[in-house]
Amino acid sequence: MAELNVNIGNLKLKNPVMTASGTFGYGLEYTDFMDINRLGGIFVKGTTIEHREGNAYPRMAETPAGMLNAVGLQNKGARYFAEHIYPEIKDYDTHMIVNVSGSTIESYIECAEVIAQLDHVPAIELNISCPNVKEGGMAFGVTCQGAADVVRAVRNVYPKTLIVKLSPNVTDITEIARTVEAEGADAVSLINTMLGMAIDVEKRRPVLSTITGGLSGPCVKPIAVRMVWQTYNAIKIPIIGMGGISNWKDAVEFMLAGSTAIQIGTYNFIDPAVSLKVIDGINEYCDRHGFKSASELTGAMMK
Amino acid sequence: MKKYIMDMKVTENLRLHQNYCLLKLSPEEELPEMLPGQFVEVKVDNATTFLRRPISINYIDRSKNELWLLIQIVGDGTLSLSNLKADDVVNIILPLGNSFTIPAEANGQELLLIGGGVGTAPMLYLGDFLKKLGFSPSFLLGARSAKDVLQIADFEALGNVYITTEDGSLGEKGYVTQHSVLKNKRFDRIYTCGPKPMMVAVAKVASEASIDCEVSLENTMACGIGACLCCVEKTTDGHICVCTEGPVFNIKKLTWLN
Ligand SMILES: Cc1cc2nc3c(=O)[nH]c(=O)nc-3n(C[C@H](O)[C@H](O)[C@H](O)COP(=O)(O)OP(=O)(O)OC[C@H]3O[C@@H](n4cnc5c(N)ncnc54)[C@H](O)[C@@H]3O)c2cc1C
Ligand SMILES: Cc1cc2nc3c(=O)[nH]c(=O)nc-3n(C[C@H](O)[C@H](O)[C@H](O)COP(=O)(O)O)c2cc1C
Ligand code: FES
Repeated sequence: MAELNVNIGNLKLKNPVMTASGTFGYGLEYTDFMDINRLGGIFVKGTTIEHREGNAYPRMAETPAGMLNAVGLQNKGARYFAEHIYPEIKDYDTHMIVNVSGSTIESYIECAEVIAQLDHVPAIELNISCPNVKEGGMAFGVTCQGAADVVRAVRNVYPKTLIVKLSPNVTDITEIARTVEAEGADAVSLINTMLGMAIDVEKRRPVLSTITGGLSGPCVKPIAVRMVWQTYNAIKIPIIGMGGISNWKDAVEFMLAGSTAIQIGTYNFIDPAVSLKVIDGINEYCDRHGFKSASELTGAMMK
Repeated sequence: MKKYIMDMKVTENLRLHQNYCLLKLSPEEELPEMLPGQFVEVKVDNATTFLRRPISINYIDRSKNELWLLIQIVGDGTLSLSNLKADDVVNIILPLGNSFTIPAEANGQELLLIGGGVGTAPMLYLGDFLKKLGFSPSFLLGARSAKDVLQIADFEALGNVYITTEDGSLGEKGYVTQHSVLKNKRFDRIYTCGPKPMMVAVAKVASEASIDCEVSLENTMACGIGACLCCVEKTTDGHICVCTEGPVFNIKKLTWLN
């Protein structure tokens, strides 16, 4: 039995396995299938200060080994979350982390301030990488200047653990990672979805109402592993890796590439209890390879 | 309602004709309670199908602990399901979604269940459920031609069956909304499932005659359990999930006729 707990800055996780924002609802959607208390953490739905209706249907297109989505941050707003959803999730014995989004720097600040008031939310994940909203979102995450501005502003008002989620839709992810680190982020998470597109050839129309959308699932995994490895070599703060993880092997791969912890997203749709299998698999792998602690896996790829 | 992930054994897979199969599945444990209108998410094991496939509950045979799925072959996923053999094991999440509204009183209620194409699937379980509660449901089934009208004997065992086919090879020629029974008989409530243009036409007829009408939607889904927000329909309350707050909606809640 290996020691599974890992640290993300000051945040102690009981194990490195968490679920990704936008794919796990508020955790409650999965309680029929698994004991969510066993998770290292749950990243809840993307939250904005204002209520958002999201994009028009259709919002989803299946792809080989993955899917495109164009949900567009549909949510009822941070205050609704604080009043109505937070009370229902706050007492689970796992970290509930809110994924914070915005369209202007002010809206990011306001949202982070509302969430900062919630005692049982120990961290936020700043989403500067959503490809599905017209204004803001990814725009901040694709330039160093944009990333610096929004992270600095939120860091000023948010005292707890600040995780910044990076976009893969950039030429060099390490530049953005360095910038974010310099502005005081406690950790980075990567990758968000990759910009993609699908056309229904019979109808000669785009499948998604927004034409383009975010690609996720096993098809993006090699790109995500590469980006984690590059980022690991560029920064000192911890990395939470994700992108296509569907079993313990994928999770270990992300850790060997440099992740301290991982998130599972799209694969929750195929196997709602996959994350628990991944926890058990990491434990078994550590035992088999003589690692006393899962934290020893981080960056342990041999060259 | 509690949801389950279950491995189920194929007990029988009947090819009803070229494009349709009736898949009968049975788990080791007892099937949980399920309501008409609910659906299941089926895991498909082939090289190309990634997401689970949502399929309506067609019928529950309690005596055999069997779940029936009526499947139209439209792509790789449904093709793989049609090729399953007896004793193959399929992983299923169920039961999902809401259900059709059952009137409080059976007395004197004239209920019409309209199914088009594979949209007849949930109507069989709904009809069976209603009949067991003492209702006398009627069915209006629409299809391209005679060979596409499925499970007729099963429907006839539950109530009056009216049929339209586009080529006139069975029942009245035309679309379901053109069937004479809609003019000749007064219905208190209509339930419908089928291609969207058909459901919109039915909703219009119902609305003009002030008949209460529920439709069952088939929006594309990723998770089926309310976690991803991919399946939303625009309603009078904004975007809501078809997989949790649907698939059954009262037409008054939708924006189709506005
Ligand atoms: C709640 C619900 C209940 C359903 N019940 C049944 C049922 O009882 N029996 C049945 O045969 N089918 C049912 N469907 C539809 C079924 O899920 C799809 O036909 C199936 O997912 C197609 O998978 P495939 O891999 O064979 O085809 P794909 O390769 O995925 O698609 C083939 C073609 O079908 C179209 N298509 C796929 N899914 C849908 C959809 N949801 N709506 C409209 N067009 C679609 C695609 O655009 C494409 O053109 C239901 C869908 C929902 C959401
Ligand atoms: C339907 C869907 C909705 C998502 N919503 C969000 C979101 O609100 N905020 C966010 O930061 N990432 C969102 N993501 C991205 C995931 O959190 C994750 O970064 C990405 O899907 C890659 O991981 P995966 O391949 O394991 O899914 C979403 C992904 C999907 C599939
Ligand atoms: S399919 Fe995921 S919310 Fe409905």
